[in-house]
This record gives sequence, structure tokens and C-alpha cells, in this order.
Amino acid sequence: MQNTSLESLIPEAERDFSACANINDLEQAKAKFLGKSGSLTEAMKGLGKLSNEERPAAGAAINVVKKAVEAALKARRDAIMLAEQEKQLAGESLDVTLPARGQGKGGLHPVSLTLARVESLFHSIGFDVAEGPEIESDFYNFTALNIPDNHPARAMHDTFYVDAADGSLDYVLRTHTSPVQVHYMQDAMKNKTDMPLKIIAPGRVYRVDSDATHSPMFHQVEGLWVDENISFANLKGVVQDFLQRFFERDDLQVRFRPSFFPFTEPSAEMDMSWNGGWLEIGGCGMVHPEVFKHVGIDAEKYRGFAFGLGVERLTMLRYGVNDLRHFFNNDLRFLQQFGR
Amino acid sequence: MQFSEQWLREYTNPAIDTDALSHLLTMAGLEVEGLDGVGAEFSKVVIAEIISAEKHPDADRLQLLKVNIGAAEPLQIVCGASNARVGIKAPCALVGAVLPGFEIKQAKVRGVESFGMMCSEKELGLAAESAGILEFPLDAPVGQDIREFLGLNDKLFTLKLTPNRSDCLSLVGIAREVAALTGTELALPNVEAVKSTIADTKAVNVADQEACAIYSGRLMKGVNAQATTPAWMVRRLERSGLHSISAIVDITNYVLLELGQPMHAFDAAKLSGDIHVRWASQGEEMALLNQQSVKLDKDMLVIADSIGAIAFAGVMGGSSTAVSDSTQDIFLESAFFTPDTIAGKGRRFGISTDSSYRFERGVDYGRTLQALERATALVLEICGGQAGPVTAVKGAMPVRVPTKLRMAKLNSILGITLEERLVAKLFDQLGFAYVLKAGVFEVSPPSYRFDIEREEDLIEEIARLHGYDSIPAIAPIADLRMLPSSEGRAARHVFQNALVANDYQEVVTYSFVDESWEHDLLANANPIKLKNPIASNLSVMRSSIWGGLLDALVYNLNRQQTRVRLFEIGPTYHDAANNTYAETTRISGLAYGDSLPEQWGEAARSVDFYDVKADVDHLTFGRAEYVAAEHPALHPGQSAKVMLDGKAIGWIGKLHPKWQQHYQLPKGAVLFELDFAALQQCKVPAYSEVSKFPPIRRDMAVLVEEKVAVSELLNAMQGANVEFVTEIGLFDVYRGKGIAENQKSLAFFVMMQDDQKSLVDADADNVMVSLLDVVKKQFGAELR
Repeated sequence: MQNTSLESLIPEAERDFSACANINDLEQAKAKFLGKSGSLTEAMKGLGKLSNEERPAAGAAINVVKKAVEAALKARRDAIMLAEQEKQLAGESLDVTLPARGQGKGGLHPVSLTLARVESLFHSIGFDVAEGPEIESDFYNFTALNIPDNHPARAMHDTFYVDAADGSLDYVLRTHTSPVQVHYMQDAMKNKTDMPLKIIAPGRVYRVDSDATHSPMFHQVEGLWVDENISFANLKGVVQDFLQRFFERDDLQVRFRPSFFPFTEPSAEMDMSWNGGWLEIGGCGMVHPEVFKHVGIDAEKYRGFAFGLGVERLTMLRYGVNDLRHFFNNDLRFLQQFGR
Repeated sequence: MQFSEQWLREYTNPAIDTDALSHLLTMAGLEVEGLDGVGAEFSKVVIAEIISAEKHPDADRLQLLKVNIGAAEPLQIVCGASNARVGIKAPCALVGAVLPGFEIKQAKVRGVESFGMMCSEKELGLAAESAGILEFPLDAPVGQDIREFLGLNDKLFTLKLTPNRSDCLSLVGIAREVAALTGTELALPNVEAVKSTIADTKAVNVADQEACAIYSGRLMKGVNAQATTPAWMVRRLERSGLHSISAIVDITNYVLLELGQPMHAFDAAKLSGDIHVRWASQGEEMALLNQQSVKLDKDMLVIADSIGAIAFAGVMGGSSTAVSDSTQDIFLESAFFTPDTIAGKGRRFGISTDSSYRFERGVDYGRTLQALERATALVLEICGGQAGPVTAVKGAMPVRVPTKLRMAKLNSILGITLEERLVAKLFDQLGFAYVLKAGVFEVSPPSYRFDIEREEDLIEEIARLHGYDSIPAIAPIADLRMLPSSEGRAARHVFQNALVANDYQEVVTYSFVDESWEHDLLANANPIKLKNPIASNLSVMRSSIWGGLLDALVYNLNRQQTRVRLFEIGPTYHDAANNTYAETTRISGLAYGDSLPEQWGEAARSVDFYDVKADVDHLTFGRAEYVAAEHPALHPGQSAKVMLDGKAIGWIGKLHPKWQQHYQLPKGAVLFELDFAALQQCKVPAYSEVSKFPPIRRDMAVLVEEKVAVSELLNAMQGANVEFVTEIGLFDVYRGKGIAENQKSLAFFVMMQDDQKSLVDADADNVMVSLLDVVKKQFGAELR
């Protein structure tokens, strides 16, 4: 009789528990069975009245029921918690396709992208980056590069002159990055820097020229490698390697054409194959002994090559820009195409 | 240098076509920058002789011609030209001929069959206008294609010559080069000395026989200055880009093109006394042929007679002795002036002539007399007259010093191995005389080469002739050593990327700016000026990048942009001591419009000082301090000097409202500019022990006067070095209800920690008392 009524507590608890919609109700429902004066607690208290012989069996019977009630309670609790969590999650659901909030992202100027690429490629074979002044003395821009006064090569450079307070015209806006070579070699000799000298010198240069294909300000990258055994064939090798890597084209061909620069000999124009034709990409040559003389390098022992590349030209070819003027108009609709 | 291919091929005729010739020249360093046809394209037009002309039965203005084109039967052609008459020879377009714009078909003209068309120059595209059909000389060969007869299958080459190759500024020079490159035979014009038939001479005095190493001339009398220049000469001149002027001038120009020797003819009747080659006196005036009056400098050489200068030597003749239609006697001049004598002189007056262009690069002094003879013969042939004997004053002729070429050096510079035999062959092709001894060539350069003075010049010649294409591209072999890398100096890309991440777009603006920007924005009364700016608004060098950024802002606002955030890293230019200049690299930024891109969930708000300050904090790794200060470009109450390690490294602030109005900006802009080198200096991280004990946080709000700067308060508390304090920060600023006017409430948090023990409340209380004491004493702060 007692056992029967005890066992009936199980379905009763199950019924009561499943009627509970939330944790609070469930806790109250629990008290009826497992609370201080709950039916199972009372039943346990009743064990004391039984004889020693009866007690173990009765205790075990209560325990079985208690465990079952507790299991029902846990099952119901888990179910309620899960339901509540699901309800909460459902309420917290977002339209994940709404745009992100916060600050936007800018971008770099395409000339910067090219310069970074050029520097990184040359860095990978040990070229350092050197800089020099843009307001340059006549001496460094011309004379030290074997372009004396009145030399016809000066007429090739449409030079901006600085209007000095004393009326002299000793300073110019550098017409090329080549003077950086001279500064660098002079410093290297002064500081007894170990050979080889391997630098690139990127920067702004200036010519009095402005039309669809000329900007009064543009960028060049100068390259210089001085060592005991550096050759014209090496110059060709380095330039070809660079252009192939820069344009990511293994089949890109480089053509050297004889040319004339007072500060290199032999001198060459560099052309590269492009869309079935040839495009001029810069000038280069072996450092002229007169330049070595100006900086105090023994031209019998050492030789070097130097090259100058047009940065805007490289950029236009790399990204398909068709008008030089875009680079200095700073139109956001142009510049934003280079963000990434 | 422009020239006709046909003319060139008369001197040397390699078995290669036009394109191959062009490629050959380009790859030899004589860049072909233009290759054009002559006149319009047309075909099937031949020389025809009119053998009969009758009136058209049904048209008054038309004639029925019978013309001989060398075929068995004459052709019948209907022609409307009034000059069509029996006996003349003229171009006849045959049936099927294609002329510019139309095709010739067999047709009936007013009922009469016509088997072709007699042509005018205009119809052949040879002239813009013409009257009647083109008449050929009577000895023109009947039936010949007129393209051949007129040399219209010619091509015009335009060379972009480098300054060292003056030897190619003539047809003979280019022919010599082509022959050297191809090994083809060279057949130069045969020039013989003309026998004088009169005895008249002019005495010549040369004051500086180094500057003018040879001066030759001769009198010619009874020449017909009005003679017609022969068609072949006019054609060659025109195909070199020169117009026919008069027979005598044409002849001197022709010799210039043919031999590269600038020539001059004076009207002998206008000369007084002897010829003097002398330096000009300072300020000496003369009128040049181009109507320009110049005041000469004393380092300019002139040709003078007893009255004064008659020519600016090597540059241009004078107008007082110019030949004219009435000229009968001439003095013909051929001279050699050294490049240094002529270089840059004409340019002082903005003059560059075919003559000065050649002299300043170097003219072949071995052909001075030959050119005089050549010109004399042409004058006699075309203008008649009689030639006197040559007067030639020879001074110190330039010396061609033999130059050594070591085979070892040649091969090491080029990075290839050439055999002696090949090098010798290449020198032979070039016409360079040499002696070869033990691997060393001793080369004597010819008189027409001014660019062979040292070993490298010879190396270049050999490389050029051997072909740059034949030199392989070889990767250098070098020791592998790593480059130094300073961790205490942050790279440029770190800062670029920081600003890009904060939504700034990089720009590149001009280094030269509008002078008013320097005056207005920087109160720079004396910016560095350019002597020859490209435009008046780009006339001075910038001392700040802000002008360029504002300009770019305006450019973009004018193109419907409303939010613009720009930065540039670039040089600024400054005066330095002793008339020199200094450059500093700066990083400069501008923010305009809303603080954030337009978006949902955030209320739009214009960018302000503190937004941009956060960006500057990123650039300075949070190390910057800000001191209120005034700047001409900036709002006086919203501008600060940016300090790093106690040194001012730049500015931040809102654009002054007056400039905002001036530039017509609808909203305010916030600007910053920092010294880039200072920014790049950063600390190499150094480890310190991480405490095992928990930190404590206490907050404190104090009331201070409005004028007290937060940074001073913070600095004072941090500077007090109170034990256990690891960080003090501001988290709230409050003004208004409950706070007196001119006061503000500042709330700070204080973090404390010890590395030896856990702190207790008493420790924290002590710290807060100490800190409060500091701000009380220094700033009169009260605990709120």
C-alpha cells in the first residue's frame, strides 16, 4: 500500500513538472515532492518509525522514487532552459547583411604602391634606399655628373632654377635622381663603407614641361651598384629581372639601345616588350669614370652600373592608367581605385 | 635630323628594306623617332606626251587629247585644263589608277570616250592648290611612273640624335655610320678643287687661332643671285625640312646637310676691308639675319670687317651683309670653330640655328676646305660667275690623341668575351685607325668624331657595333650579406597604413605652390621662389603641405564629394644658412566632413579636433603631448603644438574660420602636420616583470577651474611618482548642473598594483590622498 502510493508520486511529479512553463514554477512544484515538507521528505522521515528489518527495503524503495522524481525535475529544467535560450536567441537574431559600422578605410596613392613594390623587389637582392635633396646645387645636378656648363646635354634638361635672394642661379630643382648617386658615393668614401655599394634612390624630380605626357613634377627611381666585377651584362640582368618581377611576367623582354648620358658609358635606353611593341622605360649605363673621379672612387679598381626608371610610367603600365595628369589631380574617384 | 632615304642610299645602299634600316639605326643609338612617306599615296600615273589636241565637239572648255604613254597606240583623253597643249609632258592617270580620294575609270565625257585623266599637282596630293596640269621638263621619259620620276617612293627619316653624335648631323655622316654598321660600300660625293678664274681675294685675320682653328673663304664674282634652284636640290632640302629661299642660300644649306659643314655667303659688295675673326667687344651691337638686334658679350666670337661685326660666328650671319636678289659678288665662308667657342652662346639670345647646333657639338674639321669647294662648284653650276682663289688661315687644329683600349677592360666592363680579331674588324668598319700591341688597341679617332677621348668611349663604340642585343642579361654574383635594419626607426609604410586604416586617402601634391598659400597659411613672407615657374600659381616652394591638401579638398568638393580625408608624406622646403636650403619630410593630413562615413546606427557628426587627435595619437604610438598654441592657419582656440619627448614636432588644429571662408568651404576642416623623421623614432620594446598580484582601481572626481588643462593635471599626478600607481586616466568631463560657472568636473581612474604583495584598502586610500593633495596644491582642485 505504501509502496503503491509512493510509486504513484512519479507520474504525479512528471505531470506537475511538465505543467510548469518556467523555472520559478518548476521550483515551486519541486517543493511538493522534495521540499522540507514534501511527500518524499516526509516519507524519509517516516523510516525512523520502522523496524530495523523493514527499514532497508523501505528506504531503498523511497530512494528509487526520489531518483525518478529528481530525474523528471532535471529533464524538465533542461527543457525549460533550452526553450528559454532558444527564445532569447530567436529574439537576438540580426540581419547579418546590414552594413558594418565604424570608420571607413582609405588608400595609398598609386605612385606609393609602385615605389613600395620597387623598394621591396630591390631590397630582396640587398639594395638599400638612399635619399638626397630636391633643391640641388648646380654642381651635384650637373657638373659632378659630367655635365659641364654649356654642355648640350644641359639643354636636354628643362631645368627649374631657384631664384636666390642674391640673384645667383646656383640651385636647381633636381632634374633627375642621379645626383643621389654622387651624394651616396661621396658619403660612402668618407665613411669608408665596404663595397659593394647597392642603392636605389626614389624621389621627386622636376622639368619645365607640362602637357598630356609631361608633368613638371614626377618620380624617378635611381639604381646604383658599384663593385669590382660588376658589368654591363649584369646591368641587363638586374633590369630584366626587376621588370619581369615587377610586372609578374616571365616572358617580358628587355631591350637595350645605345644612347648617351654624360654620367654613364656605355649608356643605353631601356625598352621593354609590351603588347607586341617596345616601350621606353628608362635610361642606364656603366658609371662614367669622371663621376667616379668626382667622388674619389678608383675607376681602375671599381666599376658600377646605374639606371633611372620613370615611376609614373611603371605605374601607368602596371595599372593601365592612360593619362599622366591623373596622378597629380588627386581626384578621389581616381585614387580610390587603388585602395585595397 | 631629318633626311630622305633615297638621298642616303645614293651614298650607301645596304640590301635591307626601309623598316630594317630604321631598326638598324635605332639599335645603333641613332633613334628613328619618325618615319614618314612623301606626299599622298597614288598609283598608275605615268608621264604622257600630248601629241594632238582638238576641241571637244560638244563642249567649249574641253579638249580631246591624244597622248603618248610609250604604248603602241596613243590614248584618247578628254581634258579641261587650259594649259594642255601639244608637245608638253604631264602626268596621266591611267584607267584603274587610284588617286587621293578617287579612282579613274573609263568613261564618256560629253559623249566622247576618255581613257584616263591628265592630272594637276592638287589632284595628285602634291600641293594644296595648283593651276592646270603639272608640266614636266621636256626630257622627262615618256611612260615612266611619276612616283619614280619624282622620287615619291622615298621615305623621310627623323633621327633623335644624342649630343655626342654630331658626326651624324649630315647625310655623309649617316651614310658613313650605315656603311660601318652593315659593311656596305660607301660612295661619297666626289669633290674636286675648283680652279680659280679670277685673282680677287680677301685678306683674313684670325685673332684667336684656337677658337677658330681654320677659316677659309673665297670671292666669287658675277654670280646670278636670282638663278632658280634646281628641282632636285629643292626636293632634298624640303625632305630635310628646309624651305628653298634663294639659290645661294639653298646651296649653303645643301652643303650643310650633305657634309655637315655650316657655310655662310656674304654679299661682297657690302664688305669693307679685310675679314677679321675676333672676340666681340663687351656690348658690341649687331643686327642678325633674323631681324634680331643683339648686344654681344666679350666671350662671343664674331666675323667682322673694317666697320664692325658682320656675323655672330658659328651662329648666324648679320643682316648688313646678307645676300639679296641684287647680289653679284659673294664671299663664301667655311670655317671650324671649336665646340667650347660656340656652346651656349646663341642660347643667351634664345637662338639655336642649324649652324650653332652643329658647331657646339662638333663639326668635322677635316672637311672645311672640301665643303668650300663643294659649295663653289654648286654656285658656279647654278648661279654662274667666276671663283677667286681660296684664302685659308689655319691655326691650332684640334689634336686627336690616340686612345688605348685594353681587351681585358673591354671584356670586364661588358661582361662578355670578345676576340681581338672581332674588335679589330669593328674598328675597321668604323674607319678608326689603330695599332694593336699585346692586347691593347691604340686608336686614333677620326676628325669627325668628337666623342672618342677615353677608353670607355671606345668600349661603347665596340659594344654598339657588336650590338647591345648580343650582350646577354646575366644576374650578378655577389656576397650575400644582410642589410642593417633599425627597429628603433619605424618604416614609412607603418604610418601610411595607420592613416589608411583611419580612412585617410594618400595624395601627391606639387612641391611648388601658390605664393599666397605661403603668405596666408604660414605667414611666410619670403618663400623660396623659382626663377622660371611653369605657372604663376606654382611659383614658390612649399614650406608646408597644407596648401596642397586644401587645394585637393576644394578640387574634390567641386566634384560633389562631401567627406574628404587626405594625407601626404613629402618634403617641405626651407631656407638655411649661407644661401642654402633645407628639406624636411613631413606627414600631413586633413579631415573634412562627417567623422564617420554615412551609416546606420550612428548619428552623423562633423569631424572635430578630438577625432583627428586620435589619429595623431595613432601616428605617435600614443606618446604625443599637446600644448595649446596659435598658428596662422588654425583656429586660435582649437590648435595645438604636438610634442614628442619634449620637442615640438608639428601642429594640429581646426582651419581658421577666415580661411574656411576664403576657400569657400561649407564646413570646417581639421589639419595636422608632423615632422616625419621625429615620428619614425620609436622605442625598441623592453620587458618588465608582470606582477602576480591583483591590480586595484579607484576613481576620483575633482573640481577645477575651466582654464586648467587636463594634460597638466595628469602630468602633475603622474609626475608625483606616488607608490603603487601604474596608470592614471581621465574618463569623464562634466560641466553644468551642480557645477559652478568657470569650473569643470574631471573624473580620473587610478590603477594601482604592487609586485610584492596584494594591496589592501588602506594602501589605496593612501594613494588617493596623496594624489588629491597634488592637485589641490598645484591647481586648487577640490574633491567633488
